[in-house]
Amino acid sequence: MTSRQLNKLATRIGFWVLVAVVLIYAIFPFYYAVITSLKPSSELFSVSYWLDSLDFSNYVAIFSQGSFVRAIFNSILVSISVVAIALLLGITASYALGRVRFRGRTTVMLVILGVSMFPQVAVLSGLFEVIRGLGLYNNPAGLILSYTIFTLPFTVWVLTTFMKQLPQELEEAAIMDGATPWVTITKVFLPLMWPAMATTGLLAFIAAWNEFLFALTFTLSDDQRTVPVAIALISGGSQHELPWGPIMAASVTVTVPLVVLVMIFQKRIVSGLTAGAVKG
Amino acid sequence: MASVTLDKINKVFGHDHIIKDVDLDIGNGEFVVFVGPSGCGKSTLLRLIAGLESITDGELSIGEQVVNELPPRERGVGMVFQSYALYPHMTVYENMAFGLKLAKESNETIEERVMATARILQLEELLHRKPKALSGGQRQRVAMGRAMAREPRILLFDEPLSNLDASLRVQMRNEIARLHHRLGSTMVYVTHDQVEAMTLADKIVVLNAGRVEQVGTPQELYQRPLTKFVAGFIGSPTMNFLPAELVAGTAEGCRVRANGVGELPLPQEPGRHDAGDALTLGVRPEHLGLAPASGDNAFEIVNVEYLGNEVYVYLEPKEGDTLLIHRSEAPSRWQTGERVALVPDPEHVHLFDAENRALVAKRARSVA
Repeated sequence: MTSRQLNKLATRIGFWVLVAVVLIYAIFPFYYAVITSLKPSSELFSVSYWLDSLDFSNYVAIFSQGSFVRAIFNSILVSISVVAIALLLGITASYALGRVRFRGRTTVMLVILGVSMFPQVAVLSGLFEVIRGLGLYNNPAGLILSYTIFTLPFTVWVLTTFMKQLPQELEEAAIMDGATPWVTITKVFLPLMWPAMATTGLLAFIAAWNEFLFALTFTLSDDQRTVPVAIALISGGSQHELPWGPIMAASVTVTVPLVVLVMIFQKRIVSGLTAGAVKG
Repeated sequence: MASVTLDKINKVFGHDHIIKDVDLDIGNGEFVVFVGPSGCGKSTLLRLIAGLESITDGELSIGEQVVNELPPRERGVGMVFQSYALYPHMTVYENMAFGLKLAKESNETIEERVMATARILQLEELLHRKPKALSGGQRQRVAMGRAMAREPRILLFDEPLSNLDASLRVQMRNEIARLHHRLGSTMVYVTHDQVEAMTLADKIVVLNAGRVEQVGTPQELYQRPLTKFVAGFIGSPTMNFLPAELVAGTAEGCRVRANGVGELPLPQEPGRHDAGDALTLGVRPEHLGLAPASGDNAFEIVNVEYLGNEVYVYLEPKEGDTLLIHRSEAPSRWQTGERVALVPDPEHVHLFDAENRALVAKRARSVA
């Protein structure tokens, strides 16, 4: 072997080692959660990295709890509502901010961005008062309201950027054809904005699906909780037992829909995220 | 079909006065072309007619109706955009039907109109394609079809051919001209290309810095430009300009002296101008004769271009840096490096005063 071939081999090995490290770093926690969820609780604390047998008792356990199923339903309701409201308001706001020239447009954009800078905990107490004042405490509507507040700035920004790139003449052609702004948005712009909508919608969905702090603060009873809180509150037989098996089973269960969604929208997300970068 | 009347139209964007007191009559069925350099306001003027911009001051009528405050869809205008602006997610058929659908026409009417338009523009084979599957010329035709399908009273074109390559442009120019003959509808067309203007227009409107410089048939603009701007803008290659001086008025017109040309008797009347006033002599390349010469007054030939049917001879000017051009039929006896004298044809010489206004010839005035 010449030194050049050796060099090449070393580079190759180095490359694949690096890939392996990155893969393990990224996937191992999730992998460990999956195998933990598939072990009976008796084997829980014997560390092993392979599955010897499949045991679905943890899944059976969490799904036999009415409150967990109820929490999944709540999460779906809240997340889908947040996405729908955020996209509707986002699209209409981005039309105004992206296509209509008016005084103070930049200021509005900056205020929207500024609002999204606040950490959740900073607005927690204020938001709590608002939600109680509106009578939405311990009600999914309260969560929908508070998540929308944090999702909208992002949605509006991304959609506005996208809307600005649509050619001016396209809108004017629609005006000449007799379209009102609403028809222009729904019939002309919307079909062209699917990639951006899929991206922002999915990110809004994930944010709402995984949110914990508001969900914990603004709900009280089991039948109003969302999944992250429900998982956190899964308790064992005694205060000395942490039921890792069911917790992992629940976590895996609620992650799967996200993975499926990302896979479905994968291509669109990419084209949506890069839409601003290069002119397609 | 309808006529269009512009009465003292003004448009101001912020501090920019884009359109200044434009008066214009566009007759029923006329093909009018707005032409001028970029930034002269020609597209803005078209957009004012379309209703895409609001009119700051003045009155715009279509037919007998004042339409200043009407939205585009109620003005009965169709517009073809420079970038075509077809709806990318709709088929050719849907593109053309969109306006009709919004106008709540019945399905039978929509189909009938779209099919009729498609027949005129030879789009029948393409009705189920999306715009991305069309060539440039086809997209252009779809854009026209979309504007025509609603049967507007006026068709507006905003530089429709500037995105096409040269040969296709000539072909589409022909198609638009034939379309106008067939439909006989009123058309307003914006271009910066004076060849398009000359070949298509019944009436050309030359715009410069937001004002109308001159309105007339292509022939009028070519033969009797009223300003130096129009003279320089219309015609290719452009008119030669030579600094000159008024010597005296005569019974036939006037005598003018120009550097390198000597004294010329011309039919133009001096009017309010006195002997000694500075003028500009304008001669089109085909009216600028050459003769062999030597000495200080001779011009040097710096380049000869052979175009097959004709020849352009470029001369080093005495002042300024714009080359003078002589045009004649091929073959030409002239060669680079030769020295020549200018022999303008007095019948076809134009004179412009210091304000760039044309001096009018006696004969022309008696005809008018």
